[in-house]
Amino acid sequence: MVSGSIPVLGEFGFDFFVGTAWNPVEGREIFSALPYVMGTLVTSGIALLIGVPLSLGIAIFLVEMSPKFLRVPIGYLVELLAAVPSVIYGLWGLFVFRFWIIDYIEIPLSTYFGWLPIFSGSPFGLDLLTAGAILGIMIIPTVASLSKEVISAVPNSIREGAYSIGATKWEVIRHWVISYGRSGIFGAVILGLGRAVGETMAVAMVIGNATGPAAMPTSLFQTGQTMASLIANGFLEATGPLEVSAYVGVGLILLLISLFINVGAHLMITRVFKVKGGAIE
Amino acid sequence: MNTKYVIFAILAIVVLVGSIAAYVYLSQPAESNAPVSITGSGASFPYPLLDKIITDYTNNVKPNVQVNYQAIGSGGGISDLKNKNNDFAGSDAPLTASEIEAAPNVLHIPETIGAVTIPYNLPGVSSGLKLTGQVIADVFEGKITNWNDPAIQNLNPDITLPSQTIITVHRSDGSGTTFVFTGYLVDSSSSWSSSVGQGKSVAWPAGGIGSNGNTGVATSIITTPYSIGYVELAYALENQMTVAAIKNPAGNYIMPTLESTTAAAQAGAASGLPTGDESWTNVDLINTETDEAYPIVSFSYLLAYKELNVISGMTQEKATALVQFLWYVIHDGQQFAAELEYAPLPSNVVQLNEVTIKSITFDGQTLPTT
Repeated sequence: MVSGSIPVLGEFGFDFFVGTAWNPVEGREIFSALPYVMGTLVTSGIALLIGVPLSLGIAIFLVEMSPKFLRVPIGYLVELLAAVPSVIYGLWGLFVFRFWIIDYIEIPLSTYFGWLPIFSGSPFGLDLLTAGAILGIMIIPTVASLSKEVISAVPNSIREGAYSIGATKWEVIRHWVISYGRSGIFGAVILGLGRAVGETMAVAMVIGNATGPAAMPTSLFQTGQTMASLIANGFLEATGPLEVSAYVGVGLILLLISLFINVGAHLMITRVFKVKGGAIE
Repeated sequence: MNTKYVIFAILAIVVLVGSIAAYVYLSQPAESNAPVSITGSGASFPYPLLDKIITDYTNNVKPNVQVNYQAIGSGGGISDLKNKNNDFAGSDAPLTASEIEAAPNVLHIPETIGAVTIPYNLPGVSSGLKLTGQVIADVFEGKITNWNDPAIQNLNPDITLPSQTIITVHRSDGSGTTFVFTGYLVDSSSSWSSSVGQGKSVAWPAGGIGSNGNTGVATSIITTPYSIGYVELAYALENQMTVAAIKNPAGNYIMPTLESTTAAAQAGAASGLPTGDESWTNVDLINTETDEAYPIVSFSYLLAYKELNVISGMTQEKATALVQFLWYVIHDGQQFAAELEYAPLPSNVVQLNEVTIKSITFDGQTLPTT
């Protein structure tokens, strides 16, 4: 991949990372990756904002509050979300979810908060917000089931100790359980982020696939593009050697970002399992 | 313990069924003589038509020939042809000068005709929108942003146009449809020509929604009010989309139909086409000068080497099968075009193709076409 991206880096140098133009027309070629890096960061950020609180809620409910007979079926249901192929999420997003977002979220937001730059533009549902929300749902199984494991791994003696000094259930969860498992939960979140960053199909179907300066995120109600969706959209029919190289270059950036995220997550998770073994931080 | 036995039983059944199926499958071809297999790859636009022709040809005409066509996109087909990985390629655009250099002596055989329609979604306007190339170019260039812009209103005095922002929809994947559409815009607008140009994907100045494939664009337009885009004729007809009538050089507003598409090809061919072994780079059927021709039309091509012995593994028998198949595509195969919403080739293009196909050789010898 490094050698494949040499032509585009040689041609545009640093501009490949900081420019916004993307023009594959023969004789006018210019390629820059920044809008898609930003698109990836924005959609993944929205995904975490939506997905993490939901997932943590599910995990805490399952471990700490749920009656026994609900624990297994709900756990299965959450894990079932992971079994749904991403193209199905994309189709559902395109034909169902998109219209909920338009009617219940985007139109109210745009009516009352349209003066804020991030809510400007006309809401039509194929945008950064929809893509981020779909990703938020897609990372729930990853984050929820890992956090569930982490929270279950918190020794009961910790809870009993906390109760014995008079803590309420909520205090126990917040101050002892969550903080005991925080690095593990953080690892789960990072793994969810890894999934959001790399997700291709579902994003390409709902993000609106802008290219060039139009893909630079300024409003949530604006079409965008992530690195993964850009490659999925354009690579197969890329014509000139420079265009092919540009896609490989974007792929290289994506690979580096995903690697960074996943290595971080594994370090975090290994750490929590050591704690579980009895060692104290 | 029990689950172990169940798994074993399932495995045993799978293996048994599999081997029976394999036996039945393998013992079948024994009845006919060894089949000749031809492989093609390329454009997805003609795939439904080619698939129908291939099914008919291999079932009813030449049962001992197998034809495989993989719809991997024009670019993939051409690169397969360059690397001699296929026997013929399908492409929505003619070879460019640099492609001809990389794959010399390739013949162009137009096998069907495509038209690009301009569908729109205007609540309250169910039909009758008229547009010109200049206006379409201005919309996609972001110069016209509102539906009730005077430029659109003047073309449509009978329609009350809403004061709504125009949402443009374009292909997000590289595509022959985009190539034809942007070719039309280059031809119609000097400003589009100088600032954007023609390509399988371009830098869209107006932004807008990008969707994957003809189906994706069609879906986005149907589900997004106040949008406009471009899709292949067959998809627009199948989905019964509301499409605009476009002004042709004769000054008539023409709806895209199979007839107005064939008329454009007929006029294009009458005004002179290259022979099959010449360069087709500059051939297009855009804005042909006939009263009833739709202006956004193009050929879809099958590409094959003039001398087939350059492909490794090519035999006399296989070369003959390929030539006969191509001959069938441009003659009897055309009968399936209309039912699948493809425009059939006009007779003058068929005649041109006959000369081209007859010129194909293997080891310097011409091959029988029937």
